[in-house]
Amino acid sequence: MSNGTRKLLQGNASCVHGALYAGMRFFAGYPITPSTEIAEVSSRELPRVGGKFIQMEDEIGSIAAIIGASIAGSKVMTGTSGPGYSLMVENIGYAYMSETPVVVVNVQRGGPSTGLPTKVSQSDTQQARWGPHGDYTAIAIAPSTVEDTLTETIRAFNLAERFRTPVTVLLDEVIGHSRAMVKIPEEGEYEIINRVKATSSPEEFEAFEMTPNLISPMPAYGEGYRYNVSGLTHDTHGFPTNRADEIPIKLNKLRDKIMNYVDEITKLRVEFMDDADIAIISYGSVSRTALQAASIARQAGFKVGCIQLCTIWPFPEKEIKALCENCSKIIVGELNMGQIVEEVRKVISDDKEIHTLQRYDSEILTPMQMLEKLEEVL
Amino acid sequence: MTTATKPKQKSDVFHQYLRPKKKFPNVWCPGCGIGIVMGAFIRAIDKLGLSKDEVVLVSGIGCSSRFPVYLDFNSLHTTHGRALPFATGVKFSRPDLKVIVITGDGDALAIGGNHFIHACRRNIDITAILINNHIYGMTGGQGSPTTPSEAFSTTTPYGNVEKHFEPCDLAAAAGASYVARGTVYHAVQLEKAITQAIENRGFSLVEAISNCHTYFGRLNRKGDGLAMIQSFKDRAVPVARAGKMSEEELEDKLVIGKLHTTGATEFCDEYQKVIDAHKEK
Ligand SMILES: Cc1ncc(C[n+]2csc(CCOP(=O)(O)OP(=O)(O)O)c2C)c(N)n1
Ligand code: SF4
Repeated sequence: MSNGTRKLLQGNASCVHGALYAGMRFFAGYPITPSTEIAEVSSRELPRVGGKFIQMEDEIGSIAAIIGASIAGSKVMTGTSGPGYSLMVENIGYAYMSETPVVVVNVQRGGPSTGLPTKVSQSDTQQARWGPHGDYTAIAIAPSTVEDTLTETIRAFNLAERFRTPVTVLLDEVIGHSRAMVKIPEEGEYEIINRVKATSSPEEFEAFEMTPNLISPMPAYGEGYRYNVSGLTHDTHGFPTNRADEIPIKLNKLRDKIMNYVDEITKLRVEFMDDADIAIISYGSVSRTALQAASIARQAGFKVGCIQLCTIWPFPEKEIKALCENCSKIIVGELNMGQIVEEVRKVISDDKEIHTLQRYDSEILTPMQMLEKLEEVL
Repeated sequence: MTTATKPKQKSDVFHQYLRPKKKFPNVWCPGCGIGIVMGAFIRAIDKLGLSKDEVVLVSGIGCSSRFPVYLDFNSLHTTHGRALPFATGVKFSRPDLKVIVITGDGDALAIGGNHFIHACRRNIDITAILINNHIYGMTGGQGSPTTPSEAFSTTTPYGNVEKHFEPCDLAAAAGASYVARGTVYHAVQLEKAITQAIENRGFSLVEAISNCHTYFGRLNRKGDGLAMIQSFKDRAVPVARAGKMSEEELEDKLVIGKLHTTGATEFCDEYQKVIDAHKEK
């Protein structure tokens, strides 16, 4: 499939092609609109490359199965929407604690609860950060187009494998169900990162060793290392601990292995920001609206720029601060009641005006609405 | 009994499979039957001649689910009720590994009940050893899906008004291809059942009736661990004899031995056929 051809693909299918390119060989899932095609396309494509697909009895089982498969050595993914993601969160927490690479795609619909199964939303943005209970650092990325979905899914796999952690891909109904021509990358076109394998002898092996970059090598079950994996807080050997001196070592590791390398994770797409006075901050499908509105505003002579968050979590605090330094006004556009604007407020000084453009009536934000907002704040 | 003919002491076999780095002691109460199940399991593995590297032990949460942590295999101590779907991921991804699930009655049948019936239905090659002590041990003696009607627990202080599950019947009805029951009194038979279960290519259930004297015993005046284990001896009926007994005679009896087998096809094998037919050359 990796041959440089162009194909007409739906966003959900584009996601699967990205995953396959990245080396996905195991998918477990449960049907839910608007993500179902991710499971369907996986069920068709995986056996063709010798991979495995299983439809589990629910989303709890799906995330459990992919974690098991990942520990057994496979590159894994599941796809779902809000209600399914909610069911998964306990075991996503298990993946944080056990440091297991998994990719979880959430094709967002409106919520809470069953909400709006066939309608667009970005209202799970904070859930991607704070879904499971406890302290941990999350990585979440948000593609904005069908083509972007393919390459960003590759990036999600790379981040999961590089950092031994779950990565959430936040799609939304508009991207998931749009169709576009997508280039299937050629072999070698994108770098593929795989988890670090153990090189020490099984006798010396320490399953959650504190290495200099805080990433412990991860052998697969069956490779002779016979280690213990547990969701209980554990010591560097993987054995449950209650010791006050050992607990922070583990929790700090979950944070620092990511935050010490946040520059490798942060990704923004910046347009017209050099001399911008007004910055539009957005992510996912809203970024397309923002870009179109900004282009029109520029033609009319207004200094409007766009900042698209490709990585949402960790929130790119440093970059947002620097990019908005010379702006007097910021507009945050999102399809929810204000989940990212609060993050922006945390990092932007009081002398700048922060405006919001939110929509949560199941429709998309149009460029016209964005232009009206620009007119209002100018 | 083959182990008796070996020059090794039983305890030597046991120590050979304990984790060298694990900080003992274990979490179990003295006299708890879980250790007897662990012993039977180790002897079964030893007898089968499986290498430690090819065995994956998966468990959920509970006293019984702590057992894999102590043993020198690939061990996956998961979340409450979810051992079977984790194990499904391990097995389906690596069908060459021997995947064994250690679970409790609450873990497998309450929170994990749905996963349990679907693992049986798929007939995936996993052996589940369900340690049934009729109560939630780890959380301090609450009622479980196998707590008998009228029995006391900390959440059935006036006696249980619910009915209980029979895990073996449930597994057989849902599609498991090997189902056996044993008790911690009958350690040798338990070992044999575990051996057969691991040898079966498909989903196998071994229900091991065990004592939680700390909670079930105390709250129901069943005596200490020894007395409870003695009662398993008194109540046990081998399956061959049970066939000749009436329903009234079998009331309150524990039928032990191989209860059910089928020749159903196994999930990973069937999927491999799909791969073989559709894989791009
Ligand atoms: C989601 C979730 N709910 C509840 C618990 C608390 N909990 C831990 S063990 C347990 C019951 C264990 O009972 P059982 O499976 O019968 O095992 P036993 O301890 O008797 O061996 C419960 C309810 C938990 N850990 N996770
Ligand atoms: S509480 Fe019950 S099941 Fe748990 S270790 Fe003690 S006796 Fe065994």
